[in-house]
Amino acid sequence: MRSSAKGSRADGSPRVRPLRPLQHGFRVARALLASQYALMLEFRAEVLLWALAGLVPFVMLAVWIESPAGAALGMGPTQLARYFLAAFVVRQFTVAWVMVVFEEDALQGRLSPMLLQPLHPFWRYLASHVAEQAIRLPFVALIAALFFLVLPWAFWLPTPQRALLALAATILAFLLNFLIQCSMACLCFWSDRVNALERLIFIPMLFLSGMAAPLEAFPPALRRLAEWTPFPLLVHFPAQLLAGGEMNIAAGFTALAVWIAGLLLLVTLLWRAGVKRYGAMGA
Amino acid sequence: MAPSTSPIILAEGLSKTYRVAAKDPGLAGTLRHFVQRRYNDVAAVRDVSFQIQPGEMVGFLGPNGAGKTTTLKMLTGLIHPSAGKALVAGYTPHRRQANFLRRITLVMGQKQQLLWDLPALDSLRVNAAVYGIDDAESHRRIHALAEMLDMGNELKRPLRKLSLGQRMKAELLAALLHRPEVLFLDEPTLGLDVNAQARVRSFLADYNQRFGATVLLTSHYMADITALCPRVLLIHEGRLFHDGSLEALTQRLAPCREVRLELAEPWPLDSLRAYGEVESCEGMVVRLLIRRDALTAAVSQLLADLPVRDLEVRDPPIEELIGRLFVQGTLS
Repeated sequence: MRSSAKGSRADGSPRVRPLRPLQHGFRVARALLASQYALMLEFRAEVLLWALAGLVPFVMLAVWIESPAGAALGMGPTQLARYFLAAFVVRQFTVAWVMVVFEEDALQGRLSPMLLQPLHPFWRYLASHVAEQAIRLPFVALIAALFFLVLPWAFWLPTPQRALLALAATILAFLLNFLIQCSMACLCFWSDRVNALERLIFIPMLFLSGMAAPLEAFPPALRRLAEWTPFPLLVHFPAQLLAGGEMNIAAGFTALAVWIAGLLLLVTLLWRAGVKRYGAMGA
Repeated sequence: MAPSTSPIILAEGLSKTYRVAAKDPGLAGTLRHFVQRRYNDVAAVRDVSFQIQPGEMVGFLGPNGAGKTTTLKMLTGLIHPSAGKALVAGYTPHRRQANFLRRITLVMGQKQQLLWDLPALDSLRVNAAVYGIDDAESHRRIHALAEMLDMGNELKRPLRKLSLGQRMKAELLAALLHRPEVLFLDEPTLGLDVNAQARVRSFLADYNQRFGATVLLTSHYMADITALCPRVLLIHEGRLFHDGSLEALTQRLAPCREVRLELAEPWPLDSLRAYGEVESCEGMVVRLLIRRDALTAAVSQLLADLPVRDLEVRDPPIEELIGRLFVQGTLS
């Protein structure tokens, strides 16, 4: 059943006209996002629980605001409150869980049908994440509104410029976290249980990202060390942008770009090498 | 079979060897395995060669663990062969180029590609976009395939709410939406009831007729093979044992034919043994197994010697032969 040169097929049906790459990409993205949004809506209660599980910054706010060490940071209660609210918001939209689902899909054989379609499986996971963030949005807005009801003195509106920069930084931070997860997910091709790596990065993610404390609270040596890792870029940098803190904005975006480019390369290489080892278990 | 000279599926010396960790049982075995891991090479497919022409429907048979699914995985590009060459629709499968993936499909009876919690239509929209099928064309195809599969509103119900048969039909629809030239079907009727099996079978025959698609089908249900596949490949312990018609396979698997006699009066068992192996003797009905090369002479002798009321010569049912093979896992 080969397609003929004149644009019709052996069965007489019209040949599908190829779309331009951009048009095709847009259509795939729209279809993937629509289906993943519908799927995530089915799990809205679960998504709410995930959102609530991200309340760590508020716990840390309560700790810092009552502690004399908080004053020693040079950040008043208002700044601390804004930072931790911003950290909460940023974290909600930068969470990535590719490793867990990829491992499960690989072990259960669900990866095979994905590999047989002309679309890289990571695009599907990306769409799932974006859809899940869309479901989280009203919950996050509600929690932020409650926050300002309880602490009205902490209310602020970022300048449009800062809001845009914070939005861009959050999107890039999400992309960075997504690629970190993708690179580790690729290790599934070598080991069945890469999920354990998630636990390995949990501690640095909690402390070095700025979720437990702003980087300004770190001893200088530890702060310098943290800044050599991608973790502060995942929460601290976008959160400080949103909260209106002082920082080197150009350096932050440059670091994000460098890490993202490096990880894109790493993921591409790991995927190419790994997929050759794929044994299509369970499929 | 289409009179084409260039095969759409070509396997040449295809082999796959898996490296499998070997661990002795017990604590000592566990500790030894922890300190010094040992591996065994397991040859799942060995030097398999065949060609399939466009439009052919070929059955792929073999006991569990014979290497059928591994071969299908190599032909679809899911796994890399350890040795040999595969070409499908002119492409090397393991490169998984987009144009190759648009020409093939793999349906696995127990695996699904559709989203479990959503109606199949949602997944079909994604498939249409991924394969670059525009909305009008995808609606037309979904409608046509749903009609062939005798499906209606099921496509609008969440997949988890469908019966196994309805789910399988929805999976087939999803797998064929992009109108692939080559269908690899791994147990597409597994677990379905007899009616659902028959519907899937008639759909596949219809699809092959309408679109000239090539089908390579594995199934444990011989009815699937006998109804759809004039040609069968039989693989055993990773090696291709037979490539030809079902009749020829029957002759290879069963060197004897069955002769059923209905006698006018009871006859001593011992004297019946002179004509062949007595398979059963119930009252005046006797079933003998006689070698094919001795059949004509033996039947003439039977008619001359015994008070025969009725005589029937037949091959043992292919289901029985293959079933016996699947159970025993050995070829005699």
